[in-house]
Amino acid sequence: MATFFGEVVVAPSRAGVDDEESAEEAREETPEDREIRRELEKKREIDVLWTLKSGAPAGSCAEEPFVCSKFIVAIGHNAAAFLSSFILDSVCWEVVGVVKLWNEWCRTSNTTNVLPTDSFCLFYRLISDPTVLLCQCSCYVAEDQQFQWLEKVFGCMRKEGLQVTILSTCPVADYKTQESTLTLPSPFLKALKTKEFKEQVCCPLLEQPNIVRDLPAA
Amino acid sequence: MFVPCERGGGAASSDFKGFTLLVPAVSVGNVGQLAIDLVISTLNMTKVGYFYTDCLVPMVGNNPYATAEENSVELSINAEVYSLPSKKLVVLQIRSPFIKNKYRPFCQALLSWVKSSKCARVILLSSSHAYQRDDEQLLGTPLRYLLTPDLEKAVGGLMQELKWKEMEKVAAYPGINDSEKVLHIPGGGITKLLFTESCSKGIQMAVLLKFCSEGDNIPDAFALVNYLNEWLQLIKSEVNTSSQWKIPSSWRLLFGNGLPPALF
Repeated sequence: MATFFGEVVVAPSRAGVDDEESAEEAREETPEDREIRRELEKKREIDVLWTLKSGAPAGSCAEEPFVCSKFIVAIGHNAAAFLSSFILDSVCWEVVGVVKLWNEWCRTSNTTNVLPTDSFCLFYRLISDPTVLLCQCSCYVAEDQQFQWLEKVFGCMRKEGLQVTILSTCPVADYKTQESTLTLPSPFLKALKTKEFKEQVCCPLLEQPNIVRDLPAA
Repeated sequence: MFVPCERGGGAASSDFKGFTLLVPAVSVGNVGQLAIDLVISTLNMTKVGYFYTDCLVPMVGNNPYATAEENSVELSINAEVYSLPSKKLVVLQIRSPFIKNKYRPFCQALLSWVKSSKCARVILLSSSHAYQRDDEQLLGTPLRYLLTPDLEKAVGGLMQELKWKEMEKVAAYPGINDSEKVLHIPGGGITKLLFTESCSKGIQMAVLLKFCSEGDNIPDAFALVNYLNEWLQLIKSEVNTSSQWKIPSSWRLLFGNGLPPALF
């Protein structure tokens, strides 16, 4: 099937709106439908809980946004494992927050004491420099929750002077290139950066027509 | 929803009063979106902003219209606005599908932006499933148009001159009651919703659509963009207009990567 820049859907028709779905919407919503929809939306809501000062109770957001100079986000099992193996330790980093969410693919653990095989989304802060924040997100954040995640997490931070680095992985088979991916030496790194990012990037930039989707894109 | 780019133009670059707005519907074969890619790429339009919306699946990549190393590193996301003031043209490109249950809020937000930005008229490029055509529609041109009543007054005569075919209505209850006719655009995504909402809100909107199927939709995109060109005259229409449209660099590798040499 033909694909083009921005092709992210795997449905049989790329129209994006099933005729059945649009016909359903056309019917008047009964109070029961509304109630069901509201309950579903509530169930899919994301809660971001911060414990900024040790000993202080967990809150949804500090009264004023906290200062952050560097925010590193690792999305997916591989990226989360990379941080666990090479960066995180209990001496230099402390847990400062957790995201609780549910969707059809996963439910996050309730504790901050997680196993590598759990689905979780935790925030850590560097003890020696509390403006450096790290997020390990090994759970899948569904399409309709990605925007919420973004707003709730970034809503608690001061954005001036903030540098964000996102670490993520994609299957090599999804990489579009002139040669076959079989002969490509993998794994390999590619980057995307905003024009405000002035530092040297440590690897080549992602070439067209490749794209990034889901939470890293959001 | 609309966030302007911080460029030298500033406020002036996002003043669309009196402009024609081109919008694609995410529809069968993505023909509208491909046609818009051709317009942006050929006319070398400048990005003037984007839509900050939670209604579309997020995606990001490097500039899809890159022509050289220098202009290939600008980030591009799922809903961006480009403009060409010399032709009073502004274009919205949508690059990903709607998140479930979010297409209605998106339509509302889009139409309210159309009103607030004071665009003169909107042209929606779309497509519809070819297999749903009736016997008469199987013959002749696969291209159709629709006009809201407000735009009908302005350009209805031109459509007659161009000998364009208006999209036929179908029976609401086929076989039972053939007198009641409704508009039916299967595979058209938000086309019908946007059109009916524009009719009721007094927005001047035209829909240009092509009957097609999923597959290699590049020829469909060319057909649709040439159809649009008959009206708007964006590029000089000569005998072989297909070669006048510039294919963007992001259309590379549409049918997959190269083959592994070990296969042979």
